[in-house]
Amino acid sequence: MARRISTRRKIIATAAAWSVAFVIFFPILYMVLTSVKTEAEAIAGTSLIPSFTFENYVEVQAQRDYFKPFMNSVIIAVGSTLIGIIIAVPAAWSMAFSPTKRTKDILMWMLSTKMMPAVGVLVPMFIIFRDTGLLDTRLGLTVVLTLINLPIVVWMLYTYFREIPGEILEAARMDGASLTGEIVYVLTPMAVPGIASTMLLNIILAWNEAFWTIRLTAANAAPLTAFIASFSSPQGLFWAKLSAASTLAIAPILIMGWFSQRQLVRGLTFGAVK
Amino acid sequence: MATRQTRTLARVMMAPAVILLLIWMIVPLAMTLWYSFQNYNLLNPMGRGFAGWENYYYFYTDPAFWQSIRNTLTIVGGVLLITVVGGVLLALLLDQPIFGQGVVRILVISPFFVMPPVAALVWKNMIMHPGYGVFADIARFFGMQPVDWFAQYPLFSIVLIVAWQWLPFATLILLTALQSLDEEQKEAAEMDGANFLNRFRYLILPHLARSITVVILIQTIFLLAVYAEILVTTNGGPGYATTNLAFLIYRTALLSYDVGGASAGGVIAVILANIVAIFLMRAVGRNLDR
Amino acid sequence: MGNITLKNVHKAFGSAVIIPDIDLDIEDGEFVVFVGPSGCGKSTLLRLIAGLEDTTAGAIAIDGVDVTDAPPAKRGLAMVFQSYALYPHMSVYNNIAFPLKMAKVDKAEIDKKVRGAAATLNLTNYLDRRPGQLSGGQRQRVAIGRAIVRQPKAFLFDEPLSNLDAALRGTMRLEISELHHQLATTMIYVTHDQVEAMTMADKIVVLNAGNIEQVGSPLELYKTPKNLFVAGFIGSPRMNLVTGAEAAKHGAKTVGVRPEHLKLSTTEGTWKGTVGVAEHLGSDTFLHVQCDGIGQITARADGEFGLNHGDTVWLTPEEGKLHRFNEAGEAIR
Repeated sequence: MARRISTRRKIIATAAAWSVAFVIFFPILYMVLTSVKTEAEAIAGTSLIPSFTFENYVEVQAQRDYFKPFMNSVIIAVGSTLIGIIIAVPAAWSMAFSPTKRTKDILMWMLSTKMMPAVGVLVPMFIIFRDTGLLDTRLGLTVVLTLINLPIVVWMLYTYFREIPGEILEAARMDGASLTGEIVYVLTPMAVPGIASTMLLNIILAWNEAFWTIRLTAANAAPLTAFIASFSSPQGLFWAKLSAASTLAIAPILIMGWFSQRQLVRGLTFGAVK
Repeated sequence: MATRQTRTLARVMMAPAVILLLIWMIVPLAMTLWYSFQNYNLLNPMGRGFAGWENYYYFYTDPAFWQSIRNTLTIVGGVLLITVVGGVLLALLLDQPIFGQGVVRILVISPFFVMPPVAALVWKNMIMHPGYGVFADIARFFGMQPVDWFAQYPLFSIVLIVAWQWLPFATLILLTALQSLDEEQKEAAEMDGANFLNRFRYLILPHLARSITVVILIQTIFLLAVYAEILVTTNGGPGYATTNLAFLIYRTALLSYDVGGASAGGVIAVILANIVAIFLMRAVGRNLDR
Repeated sequence: MGNITLKNVHKAFGSAVIIPDIDLDIEDGEFVVFVGPSGCGKSTLLRLIAGLEDTTAGAIAIDGVDVTDAPPAKRGLAMVFQSYALYPHMSVYNNIAFPLKMAKVDKAEIDKKVRGAAATLNLTNYLDRRPGQLSGGQRQRVAIGRAIVRQPKAFLFDEPLSNLDAALRGTMRLEISELHHQLATTMIYVTHDQVEAMTMADKIVVLNAGNIEQVGSPLELYKTPKNLFVAGFIGSPRMNLVTGAEAAKHGAKTVGVRPEHLKLSTTEGTWKGTVGVAEHLGSDTFLHVQCDGIGQITARADGEFGLNHGDTVWLTPEEGKLHRFNEAGEAIR
């Protein structure tokens, strides 16, 4: 904007924006603050000045109870992402570079499977998992998470692949590159950022999934979602420790989310908003 | 590039994704449909048999079912209202020139990345707790009695938590759409004598209409399935006050062990979601044509 | 040895016929320009020669060897795309080196050739940069460098200057012409801008809806256009075309005379009219004259002829510069 924005207007807008942002972010902030309070402080009433003790984090780390669900979350999030990419890249590739009349329909159908409510198939999934011994296993969870996020992964990769200008591939062809040469030297390097963004989004979605990860697990494979959910009826007072556990649970995803804002818009609106 | 060879190759490359999703879609749904017509209770495996429309009838006449439908619509409607209106306002605010825009954006989008159990626990026990929660302290500061949110306004509390989680999504989408509005269009409107309210009504809102539609449709799909927040805070109670359709089905399946009944409920939930999905696919499909 | 022959080339996309039937001969070392309005098939024709599209029928030969079924890499041609199509993730050096790398040339040789091309095009200081860090003109030079380094039988240019601003376009036009003199290689150049065509070509091919309207040197097309289309396309401002009674006087359906071939007088002449808009360019003045019974005629006067809006003027076509066209639009000589 070439016009001079009055500094006064900018200050008012800034004050308003920061106030709103503070209010929205407050619960997270408060949780982090509580995690460095002592338990007594945690229930002593609203206080923004903790004693900055890290005893809660130490406690949380010391208990193997916490390490297990954390690792479960990591395994199923990363696992479902890798498997998803392996399945989705070829599919998105062929749809982007050799489209047919049915390509659009297939894509739409894939997206529609994402819209099916999980609870609608809770019963058969529970029974299948119980009868095949997949109940409370990381493998079972990984499979489910791969399937529910596959449509979004395929979709996002498809949009990224389509953005690679055809002329650059033609230039490579004119320059004497074979099909493999085209793929290795030109296509893949240009597609890597898109693939990375898609993987990031998949990890976020898998980590935060809070239905299958709770209903299909027990002591063995429960990831952080189920672990934290199990504290819904607290015995005794341990909000500081729970805050520490929660902070550790959301921290990686929060940071990933800050970096992948654009991908979020692209992936979750199925491209309807760019 | 489309010779017969490449066409077969393309089909092979698509096969795993298509086959897996096909199985994922058909097998469980078919089973749900089958069970919905069965008498099947996990506690009583001997008593199996064809039930006809009994399960559906039971659902139809169960007051809990209708309450769950009402609760579902309240949650969806309430969250949509808060997130769309709030999202538009927030998007307008964030579109203004401000200092530290990047940081503000990060703060505002954070709730979306918090996993539902954590969000629910933090809100219930640290913000809304009548004893030592932040709201309670604020109320006492103003000399008022603290509200026991989950006892007095349980459904509203759920709506608040879910809305907090989805507000960033709506804001981000609407902000992106807002920033795609051609600067020159706004300037032309200004030259034509339109003040801010007019520009909003005739220029900005129509431009946002499409994104608002997308936000509503996508959020609805996910809001119909709100689960973890209810599980962690109220378990559907008091009574059925915070039970939505998803939670009711869960209860029927895994607390009453009534597979038949839960399956009937599942079929209903799928039909409901499909209706919304049809509208969404039309909106998305139009965009794929570009 | 960049001799290219097209025989009965036919191209259709499904049921849409872009090029019905084309025969064309391009001599070694010629600078040939394909020119025509949007959608006339000039880019398609170029891509057929390049091998990026397959012919639906017909044959293409390079130096007597039939290449109709040969893939682009085997045809020994190099192409400069409209969008330059540089590899964004590679440095300028690697962009230019890429074709040599694909041809499995050894490293020392690659280095020599790349630096040679860079020197010719003034790119030596930019070899480490990425395309994203270059200006439009620099990117274009990298695209040309990538083409040169392959020492192809012919260069193919697909509207390379259309993404540049006017001043840069003028400079690059000269550079490309200079390059042609230096390398003496065949160049096929596609453009919709007839000024580029006239200034750069040895031979112009005018295309319209997939058909060749005329092939000839720039001056040939200027002096003796074969039909109405070529007459109206070549030359700026457009040739004045007159139909009706005035044309019938000369035994034709349409007559045409270029603005620069009209003599102006304030006293006497063949056609009388009133001056409308007068465009003063300094070196020339173009008068748009509304002539009685004829219509709008554009006439060029040299800068000193001071006529204004509303003045009366007489126009006379120069001897021998009146073109006549028959019912079918063909020229009558």
